[in-house]
Amino acid sequence: MRSLLNFFYTYHFIILFLLMEFFSFFLLIQYNDYQKASFLNSSNQISGIVYKKFSSISQYLSLKDKNLQLMNIITDSRNTSLTSFKQYKVPLINVYDTIYQQQYQFLNATVINNSVNKSNNFLTLNIGRKQGIDKGMAVVSPEGIVGVVKDVSANYASVISLLNQNLKISAMFKKSGYFGSINWNGANYQYITFSELPSHVSVAIGDTVITSGYSAMFPKGELVGIVSEVDKSETGEFIEVKVQLAVDFKKLQHVMVIKNFLLQEQIQLETESSHD
Amino acid sequence: MIKLLQKYILLFIILVLLQVWVLNNIQVSGYINPYLYVLFVLLLPFQMPNWLLLFLSFILGLVIDMFCDTPGMHASATVFMGFLRPIVLQVISSRDTYETGTSPSIHLFGFNWFIKYSLILVFSHHLFLFIVEAYNFSAFYLILWRTLVSTFFTILLIVLSQYIIFRK
Repeated sequence: MRSLLNFFYTYHFIILFLLMEFFSFFLLIQYNDYQKASFLNSSNQISGIVYKKFSSISQYLSLKDKNLQLMNIITDSRNTSLTSFKQYKVPLINVYDTIYQQQYQFLNATVINNSVNKSNNFLTLNIGRKQGIDKGMAVVSPEGIVGVVKDVSANYASVISLLNQNLKISAMFKKSGYFGSINWNGANYQYITFSELPSHVSVAIGDTVITSGYSAMFPKGELVGIVSEVDKSETGEFIEVKVQLAVDFKKLQHVMVIKNFLLQEQIQLETESSHD
Repeated sequence: MIKLLQKYILLFIILVLLQVWVLNNIQVSGYINPYLYVLFVLLLPFQMPNWLLLFLSFILGLVIDMFCDTPGMHASATVFMGFLRPIVLQVISSRDTYETGTSPSIHLFGFNWFIKYSLILVFSHHLFLFIVEAYNFSAFYLILWRTLVSTFFTILLIVLSQYIIFRK
């Protein structure tokens, strides 16, 4: 017993070091398995408040740009809204529409924390469960797709950025309709890799890449980016395409979270049929 | 003693806020990120018991992790750095013993000693951090390049802070 205590006393430094490293890696590994919600992330209250403070200051710096963008969107929407069209028919009664059912709802959010320089990047949004955000919802900006909600607290949401090697999203070419998946390679924040494409697909530089809508998170047709480089793999079976992102993640501030009202239904059906 | 405690608590808070608010947003050419918060571990007094050194490094890393959404990543790297510190101090000691009540600084031990000391520790911290972050060795040269450039920027900031803020 005494020699055991002596042993601990002599080597307490190394033992403590190893213990802490084990604990750190335990956290790290458990976190990667992101189904198990983690407890140390920027959607928690303390860091949420700190980031909000900073964001409220830094937003002033880009007000001019944002105003211009808003003006563009406003003119766009005014151009297409009912008020700018002459109506010939006087509507008499409201009809409960059975042909159209609202599937997607867009919720406005502000990015209060963002990074582009890590291998796995995350965003924090200023809205959370109280505002109707839930895990797995898609996040887009007016320019294109941004990421997927990973965790929510009462007032904040943590989002897996498109610039995260763990995130794979189904995408397709707008022109030809062939689909594959997009995944970031961790190097440059302006480009993303579009892979799992069969080699017979003809791709030209400048082609548009959009979401395919197969994953039930993103609606079909959200812009991802444009093709900037085409690469044939060594085996020749697949081609890999480098896509320039439509969204500039370095100046991302205002985003929309997409709520899919029919998500549960689709997932339920898909799991049922995959069990059979 | 109390004054020393106050000084280090203040240093801790300032370094964390500086890292989270300012430095994490300065990204030279997309992937270079100085991690100045390690300065806290560098500046702890010589007389500090080793277990406390490890523990403080761990807490510092965890707090940074909390803000960066990476539980365990910074903590493991900072603990590694805390582990190396007594060994490095022993290897490069300029005198036989370090005086009680002092902490590493450029004014006490000279430019060369301080650069050597911080370069070894900061480089090991950054290398460890970037390897853990990448989770594999497939892009080893990218990791090495990021480590080298980020180390350069961190050291630059540390030396500047020594001349500007921690003047005698």
